[in-house]
Amino acid sequence: MIRTLGVIFRRDLAILLRGAMGRGGAVLPLLFFLAVAMLYPFAVGPDARLLARTGAGVIWVAALLAAILPLDRLVEPDVEAGFFDQWALRGISEEALVLVRIAAHWLSFGVPLLLAAPLSAGLLSLDAGQLATVELGLLLGTPGLAAIGVTIAALTAGLRAGSALGGLLAIPLTVPLLIFGAGSLQPGGEGGLGLLAACSLAALAIAPFAGGGAIRAGRESG
Amino acid sequence: MTVTTLSAQGLACRRGDRILFRGLDFALQAGEALHLAGPNGVGKSSLIRILAGLREAYAGTVERQGALALLDERPALDGHLPLGQALDFWRRIDRAQPQHAAPPPTTTGGRADPFGLDDLLDVPVRYLSTGQRKRAGLARLAASGAAIWLLDEPLNGLDAHWALAAQAAIAAHLAAGGLALIASHQPLTLDHLRTLALAEYAA
Repeated sequence: MIRTLGVIFRRDLAILLRGAMGRGGAVLPLLFFLAVAMLYPFAVGPDARLLARTGAGVIWVAALLAAILPLDRLVEPDVEAGFFDQWALRGISEEALVLVRIAAHWLSFGVPLLLAAPLSAGLLSLDAGQLATVELGLLLGTPGLAAIGVTIAALTAGLRAGSALGGLLAIPLTVPLLIFGAGSLQPGGEGGLGLLAACSLAALAIAPFAGGGAIRAGRESG
Repeated sequence: MTVTTLSAQGLACRRGDRILFRGLDFALQAGEALHLAGPNGVGKSSLIRILAGLREAYAGTVERQGALALLDERPALDGHLPLGQALDFWRRIDRAQPQHAAPPPTTTGGRADPFGLDDLLDVPVRYLSTGQRKRAGLARLAASGAAIWLLDEPLNGLDAHWALAAQAAIAAHLAAGGLALIASHQPLTLDHLRTLALAEYAA
């Protein structure tokens, strides 16, 4: 079973990283994330103090929106092409498949954001201490974003307005991560990181069951 | 040799608030094939999905011994990959599955390339025609080594030559101790073939 999941994980990761069959790959959310940091100083002006005070929050908003971008292509194409049915025939549980996909999604979207965050921090005049907190926050928060993303993608797979609905669903569900992540950057807000990690863990724990159940339910109604 | 059977007792299927069929019984042993016939909308595909465990039966039970393989209108092959790599993905998965360990060569009827795919292995799946895609699906099915084949319209999109080749592959699978359930609106010429007219069980 582990070997089977390894084969599936490698396929998921290759597709999510490179992008294929209408999937944008890892580049698009990354460019989006950087573009926000690049555009924000143009919008509010080059005042370094203002940028430094608000920039970390902007990074978090950008990360959250970048997480929404690939949602509609995360699960839907494989349901459509019959992959999940073929896996079910072979006795591979949907829960395991969702967990594998969360891991692949995190590697293709969370890790690039972590790598791009120093660049964003430079554009937004954050100092080294703030950058460290942002990086730690993203490290704790992006697994939760990936888990919520895959769950929503599984829930909306096969729905006609799935992509629009997915974005709408993602916003309220990811708000706690945004509040604790951005809040950890306020003076005396270090406790936010602990709460951020807790939210992330809760999302990771629930996602395989919610996502797996959603894929099975979608099959019954088809 | 392990026993291979597939049977259903009192099977009923509901779609929406309509009962498609009820009281369906059959039993298949190794080497036997069942041709599921009937007009569109009678529930052939739904029955196949129930037997595959992808859909709940409204009533009745399904019993099976042996691994399952399913071919429907979706080949489950990655469109951006060359056909060879796309098939290889399933080969690697099936090799890792213990219940699929039955050796596949017998099911190809002794021919190395029963579905004429050798020249297409470098072609990305999305460029294949409907018939070529169907043949690729059949190759995936045959390579799985599963004893029970569930085929939903396996001859759709195949020309006369490849329709015969597909039936030859099914016959070879039966001869090797497999069993097959085939939903098709086209006539089939197979030994040990029984026909089940699903319309007779319509509620």
